[in-house]
Amino acid sequence: MQILESVRIALRALTANKMRSILTMLGIVIGVGAVIALLSVGHGFEQYITEQFEGLGSNLLFVISGQLESGGPGSARASRQRFQPLTMGDAEALADPFQISDVVAVAPEFQRSGRVVRGKVDMSTSISGVTPEYESVRNFRPVLGEFIAAEHVNGRSRVAVIGDTVAEELFDEFEYPIGQTIKLNDVPFKVIGVLEEKGGGGGFGDADNLVMIPISTAQTRLFSAGAVRGELVISIVFIQVVSQEKMGDVADRITEVLRERHRISFKDDDDFTVVNQADLIQVFGQFTAVFTTVLGAIAGISLLVGGIGIMNIMLVSVTERTREIGIRKAVGAKRSDILLQFLIEAMVLSMIGGFVGITLGYGASTLLSGVLELQTVVTAGAILLATSFSAAVGLFFGIYPATRAARLNPIDALRYE
Amino acid sequence: MGDKVLIEARDITKIYQMGDMQVHALRGATLEVRLGELVAIMGPSGSGKSTLMNILGCLDQPSSGEYFLEGVEIDQLDDNQLAQIRGRKIGFVFQTFNLLSRTTALSNVELPLVYSGMGGRQRRKRAMDALDAVGLADRVHHRPNELSGGQQQRVAIARALINEPSIILADEPTGNLDSKSGAEIMAIFQHLNEVRGITIIFVTHEPEIAQHTRRIVSLADGRIVDDRPVREPRIAGERAYGVRVRDIVNRKAASEQVE
Repeated sequence: MQILESVRIALRALTANKMRSILTMLGIVIGVGAVIALLSVGHGFEQYITEQFEGLGSNLLFVISGQLESGGPGSARASRQRFQPLTMGDAEALADPFQISDVVAVAPEFQRSGRVVRGKVDMSTSISGVTPEYESVRNFRPVLGEFIAAEHVNGRSRVAVIGDTVAEELFDEFEYPIGQTIKLNDVPFKVIGVLEEKGGGGGFGDADNLVMIPISTAQTRLFSAGAVRGELVISIVFIQVVSQEKMGDVADRITEVLRERHRISFKDDDDFTVVNQADLIQVFGQFTAVFTTVLGAIAGISLLVGGIGIMNIMLVSVTERTREIGIRKAVGAKRSDILLQFLIEAMVLSMIGGFVGITLGYGASTLLSGVLELQTVVTAGAILLATSFSAAVGLFFGIYPATRAARLNPIDALRYE
Repeated sequence: MGDKVLIEARDITKIYQMGDMQVHALRGATLEVRLGELVAIMGPSGSGKSTLMNILGCLDQPSSGEYFLEGVEIDQLDDNQLAQIRGRKIGFVFQTFNLLSRTTALSNVELPLVYSGMGGRQRRKRAMDALDAVGLADRVHHRPNELSGGQQQRVAIARALINEPSIILADEPTGNLDSKSGAEIMAIFQHLNEVRGITIIFVTHEPEIAQHTRRIVSLADGRIVDDRPVREPRIAGERAYGVRVRDIVNRKAASEQVE
């Protein structure tokens, strides 16, 4: 007997009991819908995280002092070593084209938290001492005024570029911030620029709550940075590389140059860490992938429950239709014919439920996208997963009732009242 | 009518296990039916006539004994082969009609062809013809609950005929019908037997019905106790089945005159 014939028989049987079929399908609809919607949120979150890191600037490496990894033999040795912070000299060496090629720009940063005051407004913020390169490397553009210039750094000027949040807190709508005076840790600064809104921040704090001042001013006038071999200490160095392909090479050269400068012997570990933006995206990518998987698994459980619903109804259906099975067998239906009929019925139930679920999940995803302010993504993979999973659920939970139907003895089935 | 042996059952026994009790439904029944015969199997309830019918119809397997249908030894066959024989060589007619209640007369009649793998269009045409032959051409799209008992049984007969089986097995086919409808059914059976030469075996406990056949086999206690021909088979009421039956009778009378 052809499959098509079985599908027709299945559809006829399902439409004969519309309410029951719809309720049974509902389990699968909800399950598949949940899988699609939750996976889309997960994928949206993953994409969001990636965008956040890419927002740091492109083709970026950064160097911090000390070792990131905790535990393991490396860290034990590192702690015995003399700890050397990064300095302005290190940053200059990394910017030297004779030492490292393929570097576009190097931006050292000296960062502390502090208080910013204007009139009655008093807020805590992040104060970054930067150089002019910071603007292009980190992609911080002023919407008003200008960025820190070389002469500000050379002259240790008391000028500040403020983030969007700070600007909103300190100034009201009609005030023009440029040229105004604010106090950073009680030291007066002139505002020369307001940064464009970075937005988001998510779990990383407000990316717009910051004040930028010349690095020299931060190191000497506002805070007192220590010095190593007469070179002022910095917090972090950002290095922009010409292309994605050169990232590895440049990271290796950075390591060599800094090991030499820090006089680290060949048997000791680095006392600094070079972080690749791509590595960071990958690490967080792994975390968000787990998050997505967990969401998917939770949704999967409801799909499983839906499958059990199908099995239940199919078992009832087999019992109810025992006589029908007997009649079919008496007129020549083989076991495989009966098996196929009930299996296809279960699969038709689950797959129609699956398709409705995908549509519903897609709708829910679009709705969530608006509510969560997160660009949810329904991937082809998620649809494929949901479809194949719902078919598999139908198959798996259909097999037992179908086998029971197929095994019925024709005489007993015909006698069944 | 040739003398070809269609059914050869030798020393058939059937034992059912009911809890701790063994029920001997058949205790060695031997029966031979030739092509073209019209046989009634009679006996009180519990005599084993239904069990015998199920075994002859390949719905059930004997506990011991040999059963050949058209020379094929049935107890050597597996489940699928039995299903195939039921579909192609045997037509069943039941006391309770056993039609699929949610489907039309046409779909019910088509059913055996679905399982023998015939294509949709050809199937439909043959089912229409079969329904026409039992006088239900105007009822093809009715569901069983929209038909009278007699009409339902005629649908069942059309279904039994659709695969052109060598034998029709009917289990108390008139048991649930009034006498008029019963007579109609008997007229159809006689017609099929006389004109189309189909071998028909049916179970009944009504002596008048059995008188319509040419041979009566009596069972008691799982054994065949009597097997005798019917001298003058009763002809089912010609009025009951209208023109068609009169035609048969006339044709038969005509052929006898020629001889």
